[in-house]
Amino acid sequence: MLWTRKDLLGLEYLNREEIELILDTASSFKEVSTREIKKVPALRGKTAVNLFYEPSTRTRVSFEVAAKRLSADVINIAAETSSVRKGETLIDTGKNIQALKADIVIIRHNCSGAANMLARALDISVVNAGDGWHEHPTQALLDMLTLQEKLGSIRGLHVTIVGDIAHSRVARSNIWGLTKLGAQVTVCAPEILIPAGIEKMGVNISNNIDQALKNADAVNVLRMQFERDANAAFPEQLEYFKKFGITSERLAKAKKNIIVMHPGPINRGIEVSSEVADGENSVILEQVTNGIAVRMAVLFLVSQGKG
Amino acid sequence: MNILIKGGRVIDPKNKIDAVMDILLENGKISKIAKNITTKTETFIDAHGKIVAPGIVDMHVHLREPGREDKETVSSATAAAASAGVTTVLAMPNTHPAMDCAENINLLKKIISKSAKINVLICAAISRGRLGQELNDFVKLQKAGALAVSDDGSSVDSDVLMLAALKAAAKCRLLTICHCEDKSLSCFGVMNIGFNSTRLGLRGISKASEYKRIERDIKLAEKVKAAVHIAHLSCSESVEIVAKAKKRGVLVTCETAPHYFSLTEEALLDYDTNKKMNPPLRAPSDLLAIKQGLKDGTIDAIASDHAPHTENEKNIEF
Amino acid sequence: MQIKAKIMDTEAVERAITRIAHEIIEKNKGTEGLCLVGIRNRGVHIASRLAACVKKIENAVVPTGALDITLYRDDLACASGRAVVRKTEIDFDINNKNLVLVDDVLYTGRTIRAALDALSDFGRPRSIQLAVLVDRGHRELPIRADFVGKNIPTACNESVEVRLKESDQVDEVLIAVKE
Repeated sequence: MLWTRKDLLGLEYLNREEIELILDTASSFKEVSTREIKKVPALRGKTAVNLFYEPSTRTRVSFEVAAKRLSADVINIAAETSSVRKGETLIDTGKNIQALKADIVIIRHNCSGAANMLARALDISVVNAGDGWHEHPTQALLDMLTLQEKLGSIRGLHVTIVGDIAHSRVARSNIWGLTKLGAQVTVCAPEILIPAGIEKMGVNISNNIDQALKNADAVNVLRMQFERDANAAFPEQLEYFKKFGITSERLAKAKKNIIVMHPGPINRGIEVSSEVADGENSVILEQVTNGIAVRMAVLFLVSQGKG
Repeated sequence: MNILIKGGRVIDPKNKIDAVMDILLENGKISKIAKNITTKTETFIDAHGKIVAPGIVDMHVHLREPGREDKETVSSATAAAASAGVTTVLAMPNTHPAMDCAENINLLKKIISKSAKINVLICAAISRGRLGQELNDFVKLQKAGALAVSDDGSSVDSDVLMLAALKAAAKCRLLTICHCEDKSLSCFGVMNIGFNSTRLGLRGISKASEYKRIERDIKLAEKVKAAVHIAHLSCSESVEIVAKAKKRGVLVTCETAPHYFSLTEEALLDYDTNKKMNPPLRAPSDLLAIKQGLKDGTIDAIASDHAPHTENEKNIEF
Repeated sequence: MQIKAKIMDTEAVERAITRIAHEIIEKNKGTEGLCLVGIRNRGVHIASRLAACVKKIENAVVPTGALDITLYRDDLACASGRAVVRKTEIDFDINNKNLVLVDDVLYTGRTIRAALDALSDFGRPRSIQLAVLVDRGHRELPIRADFVGKNIPTACNESVEVRLKESDQVDEVLIAVKE
C-alpha cells in the first residue's frame, strides 16, 4: 500500500488501508524512542513549521519532538506573537512559510476547515493538528494505536466516547477512524451536547453514561471545553461530574479491564476523577508516548507523499 | 425611432409565444410581432440564432452603493445585470447609509441617474437604520420614490413594530418584503444544521429560524389584511407554510433564489466560502420542495438575491 | 520481469549458509562476543538460519537481531511513498561485539552503508563484518563482503531474486531480466 497524500487533513478522507498503514508505521517508529540515541535521519534537512493559532502545549511539543527525532528542523509560530496580530491572513501566512522553503506546516486553528483551506493554497505538506470542531486526526490515530496495543484488533471493539461531542474534533476524528476499522462506537453526552445528524456517522447515541459503559471495552473521556463555544448553554460543572463523570464507582459496574483514555489536559473532578485518571484502567500517559510515534509516522509519510 | 428585430426566437410567456418571428418597434413601443415583417426602419437588428425576450425583472438585489463600493457599485451591478438580460432590478435598502429617509433615497436616485445601465427601483427600509426599533415615515419614503419596504439583511424582531409596518405599508401601497430569520434561532450559524454541519464542524442554522419567522409575518399580515412578500425561501417547511396561507386567502407572495433549486449543502463539503449564504443551502429534500413550489405556483418569483462581497472577504476561513 | 536462470537450488542455498556459518566461527575464533543482525526482510531469515547452524556446530546461542534500514536510506527523497518502515528489533547491547551484518544480496552497497549508519545509533561494535548469500557486483560505494554464499556476475538490466522458505515457500536464487 502506497501513501500518496501530501497532507493529513482528517480521518474522514482516509480509507481503512491508509489508516492501518499509519498505525503500522507508527508501531515501527515506537522503537526509535526506546534507543539510547533517539534519532533517525529520515527527515534530515527538512523543515517543519508549527503554526499554532490556539494555545497548546502537549500537541505542539509532541509534534516538535516527533520532527526532531526524525532529524528535521522545527520552527514554532504562535499566532499571538506573530504578524497575525497585524492582520495577516491565514493564506498569506502560509505562503510566507512556503516561501521560506519549509517542507511541512503543522497547523492548529480555531476555525473548522482551516487546514483544508491551507492545503488547497499551498504546495507544501499540511498536517492538521486540530481545526475548530472539525478534526484532530493525529489524536484519534494515537488513541487507536493505544487501543490496538492494549486490546488487539480494533474490529468489533465497543468504544464509548463521552463528553462535549458537539464541539469536539477529537470525537469526530475518533468516530471516523474507529468506524472505518470496524469498531462499534457509542457517543454519550447530555442532549444539548449531541450534534445534529451524528447517527449518520454510524454511532449509537446515549444520554446515560452507565448504560453507555455497560459493554464498553474502552471509554474515551473528552475534556469539557468551556472555552470553545461562548454561545452555547453548558451544564454546570459539578452537575456534569455527577451525571457523566468517570469515577471508580462507575467503572466498577463496567467491564473489569475497561480501558480509560483521555486526550488531555484532564480537568480532574469534572469529567474524570483523580482516582480513575491515575488508576490501573487509565492509559492516558501511554497515549502521550504513542503520540510521538504516530506523529513521526505522519510526518514521515506526508513528506514521502509530497515527493 | 423605428426598430426592426428580425429572425430571432421570440419567447413571450405572457402571450404564449415561442417561435421564430420578427418584432417591429415604432416610436419606442412594440407595434407588431409577426413572421416576415418587411417594413423599412432606421434601425435593423439581425437576431438570427438569438433569443428575443422581455427583459427580466430581478426583484431582490444588493447594489452595495452607497457605502460599500468596494463590493459593488450601481454601475458595475447594472452592467452585469444587463449582460444577463435583466432590465429592471429592485435594490435592497441595506446600504450605508440605509434607505430609511427621503435624503438617502434621493442620494441613491442621483447615483442611479448618473451611472445605472438599466432600470433601478428602490426598496426602502422599514426601520430607522434597519435597527428594528423605530418605524420610518413610509409616506415620505413613498413620495421620494420607494416602491417597497424591507429591513432585508435582517428581520424585524418586534411583533409590534412589524404589525405597524404592515399597516403603514398597505396604506401607502408599498410592498412589504420580509427577510425571515429569527437570529435567536440561527445563532451565528454558517450553514444548514444537520449531518453535514456536524461532519464539517461548523455551527448550524436551523430551518426553524426561517419558517417560524415566516409563520409570524404571515400571521401578522393576516391579522391586518395586509399584503406581504416573503424573500428567499430556502426550505420545504417554508414552502408548505406559504401554500397553506395562500389557501386560506392570505395576501402572501414569495420568491426563491436560483441557488436554492440548484445546489444543496453538499456543495460546502470542501469549505468553499463562495457557497456560504444566508439563508444557507439546505438538504436535497428542500431543493425538491423548492422546485415543486415553483412548478405549482406556490413560489411566485425567482429573484437572484445578488449579494456581492470582496474577494478578500471570501478568501479566508469559513 | 522474466526469469532467465536458476543459479542456486534448495540444497545449494542450505550448503552455502552452512559454509558461511563455519567461516564466521573460524574467522572470529569461536562465538565469544559474536552477534548477528539481519537486514530486513530476507537478511533476517538468513541470520536466523546462521544462528541455528552456529548453535548446531558450537552449541552456543548467538544473539540475533533484525534491522530495518528504511529510515537511513539515501534515496528517501525519491522513494515517493514506496518506503515502508518496519520494526528494528535489536534487544541486546551491540557495544564491543563482533557484529555480523547479514543480507541476501549485495549490489550497490547502499543498503549496507545505511545499515552501518543505523548501527552507529545503537552503539559501537568492536567490529562489523558482512555476510551475504549473493554478491552480484556493481558496487557504487567502497563496501565489500567478508562472507559470500555465491558470486554471481550480472548485467545492469538483470536482477537477482532470492527466495527463501520463510517468506516465499521455497529456497532458490534466480536471475531475472527486467522488461
